[in-house]
Amino acid sequence: MSEAIAYYPGCSGLGTSKEYDTSTRAVCAALGLSLVDIPDWSCCGSSPAHTKDHVLSAALAARNLQLVSDMGLKAAATPCPSCLTNLRTANHRCEAAPFKAKVDKLLDDPYAGGVNAVSVLQALTEMVGLDAVKSAVRTPLKGLKVACYYGCIMNRPPELMAFDDCENPMAMDNILAAMGAEVVPFPLKVECCGASYGIPRPDVVAKLSGKLLDVAQSVGADMVAVACPLCQMNLDLRQGQINRAGGTNYRMPVPYFTQLMAVALNIADEDIGFGKLCVDPRPVLSKALAVAD
Amino acid sequence: MRIGVFVCHCGSNIEGTVDTATVAKASLDFPEVVYATDTMYACSEPGQDGIIQAIKDKNLTGVVVASCTPRMHEPTFRKAVERAGLNRFMFEMANIREHVSWIGRDREANTNKSVDLVRIAVEKLRRDAPLIPSKFSVNKRVMVIGGGVAGIQAALDCADGGLEVVLVERESSIGGKMAKLDKTFPTVDCSSCILGPKMVDVAQHPNITLHAYAEVDSIGGYVGNFQVQVKKRATYVDWELCTGCGACMEKCPSKKNPDAFNEKIGPCTSINIPFPQAIPKKAVIDPTTCRQFVKGKCGVCAKVCPTKAIRYDMTDEIVTEDVGAIVAATGYDLFDISKVTEYGGGRYPDVITGLQYERLLSASGPTGGHIKRPSDGKEPKNVVFIQCVGSRDKSLDRPYCSGFCCMYTAKQTILTKDHIPDSQSYVFYMDIRSPGKMYDEFTRRAMEEYGARYIRGRVAMVYPKGDKMIVRGADTLAGTQVEIEADLVVLAAGAEAAKGAPQLAEKLRISYDKYGFFMESHPKLKPVETNTAGVYLAGSCQGPKDIPQSVGQGSAAAAKVLALFSKDMLESDPQISRVDIKRCVGCGKCIMTCPFKAIKEVEFRGQKKAEVIETVCQGCGICTSTCPQGAIQLSHFTDNQILAEVNALCQS
Repeated sequence: MSEAIAYYPGCSGLGTSKEYDTSTRAVCAALGLSLVDIPDWSCCGSSPAHTKDHVLSAALAARNLQLVSDMGLKAAATPCPSCLTNLRTANHRCEAAPFKAKVDKLLDDPYAGGVNAVSVLQALTEMVGLDAVKSAVRTPLKGLKVACYYGCIMNRPPELMAFDDCENPMAMDNILAAMGAEVVPFPLKVECCGASYGIPRPDVVAKLSGKLLDVAQSVGADMVAVACPLCQMNLDLRQGQINRAGGTNYRMPVPYFTQLMAVALNIADEDIGFGKLCVDPRPVLSKALAVAD
Repeated sequence: MRIGVFVCHCGSNIEGTVDTATVAKASLDFPEVVYATDTMYACSEPGQDGIIQAIKDKNLTGVVVASCTPRMHEPTFRKAVERAGLNRFMFEMANIREHVSWIGRDREANTNKSVDLVRIAVEKLRRDAPLIPSKFSVNKRVMVIGGGVAGIQAALDCADGGLEVVLVERESSIGGKMAKLDKTFPTVDCSSCILGPKMVDVAQHPNITLHAYAEVDSIGGYVGNFQVQVKKRATYVDWELCTGCGACMEKCPSKKNPDAFNEKIGPCTSINIPFPQAIPKKAVIDPTTCRQFVKGKCGVCAKVCPTKAIRYDMTDEIVTEDVGAIVAATGYDLFDISKVTEYGGGRYPDVITGLQYERLLSASGPTGGHIKRPSDGKEPKNVVFIQCVGSRDKSLDRPYCSGFCCMYTAKQTILTKDHIPDSQSYVFYMDIRSPGKMYDEFTRRAMEEYGARYIRGRVAMVYPKGDKMIVRGADTLAGTQVEIEADLVVLAAGAEAAKGAPQLAEKLRISYDKYGFFMESHPKLKPVETNTAGVYLAGSCQGPKDIPQSVGQGSAAAAKVLALFSKDMLESDPQISRVDIKRCVGCGKCIMTCPFKAIKEVEFRGQKKAEVIETVCQGCGICTSTCPQGAIQLSHFTDNQILAEVNALCQS
């Protein structure tokens, strides 16, 4: 594992999902996957740009891809599915020469093409591999029942994302199973959590995210592992809103899958960042691990 | 030679963009052409009479017709010139319809190209020689591959027509998919009650030899004289001795194997007779689960068998059958529902296929005809049917309509209500396709009399919640989302080509489409013939079909075989390769390249020579282009004829 890959943390990685970023860096380092930060990276063009102007959105993403190209690298990994969508969409749209010409007009340094964007989940699966992940485990997550939640855009549209099954993805399930966790079959793996409707229509998010928690609880999960900062926020931060709206009483921890990996790899607590979550997973985690002992 | 040229209008098909009168006039300048005319429909009776009259009046010795593709009418015109007393091979066709008028609109260019094509035909005709077909005898036995309802019908009709029939079936019993059905639409009569007697007829018919649990290994020969190697798989039971008493099944300690006949929703023993009406009713041991084979000890069946029929040391056996014709009736397979991951087939036990549901409905099925859902054996109250799973779906590479799913789903909603009167069926559909006799009335009955609720729209996903399955879909007529709590979800899985169909097609030397279904010779006018003489099709091996269509095709294939066998001798096509023995140096290159094994080595005055086996040669011409000496020539397509055509084109 000497191959290096450019790392694109995305805006949320430096803010709302700092713990996703630090645990990702620590896990990749522990597994020998060398993440190289992209110097002077900028916004990928997420929600606001791509809803207004496809060219602008693609230019924002292409600028970052070109920076990767300047680094002499061929691929970039990002923890955020939304960033991933934008980077991949830009690549796809720039295959059409007239579109690319418009994009290049907005850039100081035209995008040369040929930089692949992958999710951290895909990089771990394909560049590190399950066997290596398994052999690096120090504290197996024995006895922990996890529902893996991928969110709606991690694998979709399948033609664009080209990784795992778009209706029943298994990459995160396989990784956490390799970590020793008991992965429960979770039927709503790719259902929408409500995404950014949390701002204008919290009732919609309460309903959609509430359903996810409901089903996760009914299949016996101790916690829901996620791979998307926005999903994490809706399921974790808004759990109080969800409980108030639905008259429920969920206390379901919603950690990032990289945080659970970090536990299994014996990574220092400050890099795991469980303290940054609203529902603290530590009591459930230590209880499950203790029972397993 | 005195050549006549006839340029056909084909109504406006050709005349619309080709000046046929000019083409005819120009033809008169070509060597040895003594007569040329344009004609309205050359293939019509007056058109043919005109050709015959001209041959007689002008004393013609060769004829060129410029019209449509030779595939359409070459035999027509050959017969016409023969009726006028010429050899049928003193005739050439120029294709000025498919190759000219249908593909270009420029009348002048089209006319010029037509003139060129006629010029080529004339140059080839000048070098044609009369050919006489030879005759060979026909072996009046027929092989039917596949013992489903189509194969059974074909076998019975052939046998009733006095032919000896060899029926080869892959499974240990005939009956195919129909034997697994509970009831049939639109009459809701018991499937095995109408199929059973036919299966017994097969067993008892003196003219039918049944090879069950057997597969076609290889096929050699040609129409009238095929040699088929049939591999009879080891059953580990001596079928001569087995009486089908079932004592072995009762005592077999390995009882939890997935039952293939019950579509894997019920268990079965390692030694097994698939169903009570099986023909032949003989036991077979599955060596992958049998304790005697897996662990090396058990032997219970051998101990309890009253006729001592168990043979653990049995091996596969090859038998050779000589037949004159073959009917392929290998049927279809169901689409694998686990490929539609959003419906969870294969992951959730209560998401099943329509055929699995048939087994739950059937009195001989794993639940004795009581509908019990697989997960917990409870009787379902809300049953959701989802249509077009693996049909009409480009994203799954199944763009075609499977044809029978609308009907079997309607039937299943009716049967569900019959079995469980307080149940409610929901059907998610795209369109209802029920075009047969009494078919649309049947689907209406399901809705109006049996209260099945039909919802037009696709289902997005199915997921379990508690002990229910949540089915979420769209109602595109109401423009709303629908969520139904179901106890059981039945997917109307579409049809796809049977496993191994392309491999069998290659053995049969017939074509198959991109989905693996066998191709008929002509989609409208030759529905049961293939492009290989003596090989016919019946049933769903050619595309999804319901029972009436399959039976109809089985009978049609039998009629074709009977017509073929009505002659004692068949004529071979004389357009085959011939060896010039003086030039042949015996290098054997032609023997190596012939794909039909139609050339053999012979000794002639102490020297090695090649010799063409007339009846096997298909006239493909590969040997002629291989021969370094030019010693082997394809009659009617000799090197000189093809060069003359090229020269004619280059000089124009």
